[in-house]
Formats: sequence, structure tokens, C-alpha cells
Amino acid sequence: MTMRIPVSALIGLTMMAFFFSLAVFAPLIAPYGIGEVVGDVWEPMSAKHWLGTDNIGRDLLTRMIYGARTTIFIASAATVLSFTLGTLLALSAVVLGGWVDMALSRFIDLIMTIPTLIFALVVLSVVPTSILILIVLMGLLDTTRVYRLARAVAVDINVMDYVEAARLRGEGTRWIVLREILPNALSPLVAELGLRFIFMVLFISTLSFLGLGVLPPDTDWGAIVKENKEGLVYGIPAALAPAVAIATLAISVNLVADWVLNRTTSLKGGRNA
Amino acid sequence: MPTHLILLVIQRLALGVLLLLASSVLIFAGTQILPGDVAQAVLGQAATPEAIANLREEMGLNEPAVSRYLKWLFGAVQGDFGNALTNGADIGASISKRLGNTLFLALWAAVISVPLAILLGLIAVRFRNRWPDRLVSAMSLATISVPEFVIGYVFMFFVAVKLRWVPSVSMINDSMSLMQKLQSIALPVIVLTFVVLAHMMRMTRAAILNVMESPYIETAELKGLSRFAVITRHALPNSIAPIVNVVMLNLAYLVVGVVVVEVIFVYPGMGQYLVDHVAKRDIPVVQAAGLIFASVYILLNMAADIIGIVANPRLRHPK
Repeated sequence: MTMRIPVSALIGLTMMAFFFSLAVFAPLIAPYGIGEVVGDVWEPMSAKHWLGTDNIGRDLLTRMIYGARTTIFIASAATVLSFTLGTLLALSAVVLGGWVDMALSRFIDLIMTIPTLIFALVVLSVVPTSILILIVLMGLLDTTRVYRLARAVAVDINVMDYVEAARLRGEGTRWIVLREILPNALSPLVAELGLRFIFMVLFISTLSFLGLGVLPPDTDWGAIVKENKEGLVYGIPAALAPAVAIATLAISVNLVADWVLNRTTSLKGGRNA
Repeated sequence: MPTHLILLVIQRLALGVLLLLASSVLIFAGTQILPGDVAQAVLGQAATPEAIANLREEMGLNEPAVSRYLKWLFGAVQGDFGNALTNGADIGASISKRLGNTLFLALWAAVISVPLAILLGLIAVRFRNRWPDRLVSAMSLATISVPEFVIGYVFMFFVAVKLRWVPSVSMINDSMSLMQKLQSIALPVIVLTFVVLAHMMRMTRAAILNVMESPYIETAELKGLSRFAVITRHALPNSIAPIVNVVMLNLAYLVVGVVVVEVIFVYPGMGQYLVDHVAKRDIPVVQAAGLIFASVYILLNMAADIIGIVANPRLRHPK
């Protein structure tokens, strides 16, 4: 079977591969050390420093590459957490039904009445900030959205004949969740995965930009914007480099997610037709 | 208004009050019952045990959590949020001034973005699957993919720094005239407009398209009405309820967008106040500001639902 990938998705995939390899091989690719001061403050672009230098004379390209590593790592880990937890909770709620479903769903509704960013700020005012805490906080807050989607998908699957058949032949809850419902709920969820990942990238960047996310000596794209924002007033565009990177990554993931979504919906249409 | 409609509205109001209460519990619990000691967190690892004990006393941390919560809630309802830990200032007084500034900013963003979004949504429907529609879709994909602060700095860099049309920092005070104030907030308003425009456009487009698939639209088309007349005379009145809903939801979204935009433009509003005091771990201020943001968000969502109930013709005539 040959698979035709549309040009937009191909561009998205290439860009994503580029960013992820930056993240994985950061120490090998980066021309300088992460905290190494190698020149003057805000030097312009040159052969020596492709993107110039930052607010205290570190190589901006190096900072960007290490920033990609932190941003992508945190966003990926938080996405995995929210996805696993959200999906498992939602599927269990649907299969168990009754008061478990009711209590969980109302609790999720309640959490969602407070805007995510505001909730995160309230929590971050108390807990010490570390990368692990950020991942857990972002993952837990986003679990609510995954839960809602997964529950909506699972409710439809739960009434299918094959699930009923599994119940009648006496399978346990675990089997029904993992072997009957999960495989069939996976394709719409995978399309959502991309959107959740973008949301996480935007979320961690925003927190770091506000000075409440990744702290030195680590850095991420939001923190680089924060460090270099004063330069903008003097006409130095260093802060725009991470901004462009965030936008490019988000758009490329969106392009891929669109393609996956179209593929899975056309798949469904084909089966029902 | 028929009785059962009033009943529905009252039901939704009661739910709103319940959600407000529950969110206040969440915000309080979020800052008080988290692992680790609040006084320790405020003072840092190097604090002496005496200092921690004093602060615990001062913050009333030795009382049980429920009585602290009730005290805090009753104070908050009367506008008394206590004093800030960092400078001892009265939180209620600082907030009332800043809340006004934030609402001023959000109001102008709404005044510009709402009509613009509806107009663009209509254009997208009118030229469905042609280039204006595609342009609107591409634009909204691009703005959704970009965090608020990126849009903010791109505008600041090109409009304020390179072109020098407006100041890059949005100072605002009482002695300024309305025109001066408007000039000062021009850039943040444009950025906020961009932030909500994409969502609003998409949702408006979807709401109208949904109506366009109804049989009465087909009838209108078969009558030979022009496409524009079909949209403005038949589709638009019937999509008012969903559009109002869209607008309200996006105003709620604006409440969050404002936090980041205020920090970018150093605008003296609630958002900057909140972010500053999160960094300083000034918990009473964070609680107060968080509660106000959450309340505005919940109230706007409630307003959206109530307008939806009142505007729904199906609910007007019970079977």
C-alpha cells in the first residue's frame, strides 16, 4: 500500500524532525557551552555567531538549541502524563459508570471553571519551581481536556456490540478498558495528541516568559524571550528568534495533526459508508 | 418571559454561584493545603525557625483550615482581602484601581474584535472554500499557533520601535485624557484583538455554517434570494444565539490573554499585579487576584449560557 502524504504534512514532518533532533542532540550540535560568555552584549549576526549574542554575551544559537531541548522535553513529558492519565481515567469512568463517572466528571468540570494559566500561577506561588514540578502541574491541569475528549469518544464505543460481547463472556474491567475500548478510541486521540503538545509548548513558554517557569542555569524559548526583551526597545531583534521558533514548531505540529485528523475521519467515513 | 424559562435561568444562576464558591475553595486549597509549609515557602530555605513561627502566627496558619477559609471568603465578599505580605499594602485598594485599568483595556479590545470577527466570519461563509475563506482559515491557524507574547513583541518591535507610531510601554494614569489613554493602550488592544480574533472568527464561521445547512435556508435559496440576502436575512438572525455564545466565551478567554499582554507592555493592571506577586510568593495577593480572574471567567461563561437559554426559540414555547 502506498501512502500519499500531502505537501503541507510533509513540511510539518520535516520541521518537526528538525526540532526534535535539535532537542536530542543539543550538546553535540551547539557550537558553544550553554552558559559560556563568548562575546559582547547583543552582537549582531556574524559567521562566528549565526544568530548573534544575547543579553550577557552568550551565543544565541547555542541558547536556542539548548532551549529547544528543554521546551520540547517538558512539553513532551507533560503531554505523555496528561494523555495517559486523562485517557485511563476517562475510559475507566465510562466502563465503571454510575457514581464514579459522575464524581470524576463533575470534579473535572470544576477544575475547568478556573482558567488554566490562573490556576497554574496560584499553585506556582506556593510550590518551589523545578522542571519536575512544571511537568506534573502542566500535565495534571491538561488532563482535564484529555479526559473530556476521551470520555466523549469512549461513551460511543462503550455501547458497541463487541464491548457488550466482551462483557457477556465475563471479561474484567481491565480487559474491556485496555483491549476493547482503548484500541478503538486511539485514532481520534492521536490527532488530539498534536494539539495538546502545541498547547504545552505555548504553556511552558508563557510561564517561562513570565519568569515563573524554567529558571537559570536551564533555559527554554520563553526564558530566552524574557532575557532579551529589553533589547527590542533598542531595535535588537534577539528576542524574536525564540518567538519565531515557537511559532514554527507549533505550525508544523498543527499541519501534521490536521493531516492525521483528516486521515482518521476519512477512514471512519469509509468504514461506515 | 414564561415561567419555565425563568426557572431555567434561575437554575443556571444557582449553578454559577455554586461554581464561584467551589472555585474559591480550589484557590484557597491550592495555596494552603499543598505539600510544604507556606511560611517556609515564603521565607525560603534559609529562614530561622523563629521567623517561620512568627509568619505562621501573622498569617493565621495555626488556625484550622476551614475557619481560615471562611474568614478569607467573608472578607473577600466585602472587598477586604487583607494586606499584602511584601509591602503591607491593602490588597482591596490596590486591586480596585488595577481592575479598572484591566477592564478598560479588555473593553476596547472587545469593542474592536467582536464586530471584526463577526464580519470576517460572515465573509468566510459567503465565500466558502474560495480564497477569502482560505485566507481567514490560514490566518486563524497561524494566530492559534503563536503564544500571546510573541504576537505582542512582534508588534512592539515593528510598530513601536521601528516605525515609532506608538509608545512601546503602555503607561496610564488618571491625569491623562481619554485620547491620551487610548493612544497609550493602542498596541496592547491590537495584540489582544489578534489573540481572540482567530477563535472568534472560526467559531462564528462554524455557527453560521451550521445554520446554513437547515431546510429553511434551502427554501430561501430556492425562492431565488441573493446569497447575501440569504445570509443576512435568514442565517444571521438564527445564528445570533450561537454567536453571542461565541463572543462571551472569547471574552472569558480575553481575561486570561490580558495577563500576558499586561506584562509585555508593562500596563498597570490586574494581570501584572498577579504575576509580580506570584514571583514574590505573596500568597494573599495571589489568592485575591486569582479569585477575581476566576470569578470574571465564571460570570462570563454563565452570561453566555443564560443568553443562550433566553435566545433559544425552542425553549420559549414548551411542548
